[in-house]
Amino acid sequence: MPFGLIKYALSSGHPAKRFLLARPELKPSYDVVIIGGGGHGLATAYHLARYHGIRNVAVFEKGYIGGGNTGRNTAIIRSNYLTPEGVAFYEESVSLYRQLSRELDYNILYSERGHFTLAHTDSAMRTSRWRAEVNKHLGVDSELVYRDDLARLIPELNLSEEAAYPILGALYHPPGAVARHDAVAWGYAGRAAELGVEIHQDTTVTDIEVTDGRVSGVVTDRGRVACGKAVQAVAGASSEIARMAGVKLPIRTIPLQACVSQPHKPSLDAIIVSGSLHVYISQSDRGEFVMGGSTDPYPRYQTSSSLDFIEGLMSHVLELLPHLSEVQVMRQWAGMTDMTPDFAPIMGETGVENYYIDAGWGTWGFKATPVCGKRMAEMLATGRVPALIAPFRLSRFENFDLVGEKGAASVGH
Amino acid sequence: MKLMHCPLNGWRNIQEFTHGGEVVAEPDPNRCSDAEWAEFVFMEENKAGMVREWWCHTATAYWFIAERDTVKDEIIRTYDAGEVFKERIEFTRPEPPKEA
Repeated sequence: MPFGLIKYALSSGHPAKRFLLARPELKPSYDVVIIGGGGHGLATAYHLARYHGIRNVAVFEKGYIGGGNTGRNTAIIRSNYLTPEGVAFYEESVSLYRQLSRELDYNILYSERGHFTLAHTDSAMRTSRWRAEVNKHLGVDSELVYRDDLARLIPELNLSEEAAYPILGALYHPPGAVARHDAVAWGYAGRAAELGVEIHQDTTVTDIEVTDGRVSGVVTDRGRVACGKAVQAVAGASSEIARMAGVKLPIRTIPLQACVSQPHKPSLDAIIVSGSLHVYISQSDRGEFVMGGSTDPYPRYQTSSSLDFIEGLMSHVLELLPHLSEVQVMRQWAGMTDMTPDFAPIMGETGVENYYIDAGWGTWGFKATPVCGKRMAEMLATGRVPALIAPFRLSRFENFDLVGEKGAASVGH
Repeated sequence: MKLMHCPLNGWRNIQEFTHGGEVVAEPDPNRCSDAEWAEFVFMEENKAGMVREWWCHTATAYWFIAERDTVKDEIIRTYDAGEVFKERIEFTRPEPPKEA
């Protein structure tokens, strides 16, 4: 390795080839325009180019790729949901994630840790058993574990009965994993760009042209482009972008905050989640404890952090893991989430022909990135809605046919 | 700590309040179509900018209206719902469905 570095320094091959072109010129027309250069949009672009041969594709990103919620989540990947629709969907996502580093030839640091959803009440135990049975029925590795199991599996966990909310058991999901979220966006972007997809960063979509009920073009701050089809994948700004196409959504934009501690030696293998205490915590490969909680109490288009949040979160974190009391919090941030009434995403047709949506990802979007890209691309290429994502259609609301995914992150049962 | 002005209780910590959603006209549930009712129940303007919303001071269960900016996170004005809703809403017995 040192020799490789010296050889590289002396060669004429540097600076290294850019991963992405800086900002290519806009073409007058694209087959598919993807609004939003986060994980979902880039994965969709990659799947279109790689598996469907659709390469005249542009991705428009207002900031930089992966700079929104893709880079702001707590990077947890799991499939132990409650509804059969949710489980089937996330199970495909987990299986795609497992081989994603190989698929993209880019290390996303996928790390299986075991995911524990703690239960502090009898009703939470009942829901955990329910989730475990739904999971097993659908072939997902989940089981209900009790206090003695937890003492063995997570020795540092505070199992005292003197705690304000004593732990009764947990839903244990061994395949639960974490990954490096930036790498997911970069991997998809790099491979998609190699296949001919244009990724336009620093390009803001300002309007969407709809002619006779069909999308015809997208206007950006760098000019207008015509498009055959368009898809929006802009968590946080979904309502504002959809409004440009005349589509109204059942979404509230609510900030979700998270934080990391100073790096420490590896000490916490498991991913620990408590729905009742609104806490999730894991240790990243860099040694930081990554901690998140529930969404903010009211909607905002803003990513400011608050002391209220960190105080509330830490009181719960320290109840679960008292040995972290001397650990310093290093960074705190927020992302803007799309919250839907049934805690399930919105994917598919919008009522505007050839205009598709990928939104409503609330607090559970990162773990769906690969399956979303795969199935959105399939829908764009074939014009048919894949069965796996059909339950998440926008029209479910006007038909009172909601999904009701209470397995979403940090939702109390 | 962020403060909000409650028309009944004065300045209070915003943690004492519950957000109640946008102020929208409620369609008559006895006469509107299913689509209109679904729109009322589920759909949101969710505007980036000025919004008018229901808020409740939780401790006193007092509902009022707040105008705020969702981008700057500023509360512009709060006022009693009586400023907007002048008439009492009567909850009358629905008319029986017409014979087809």
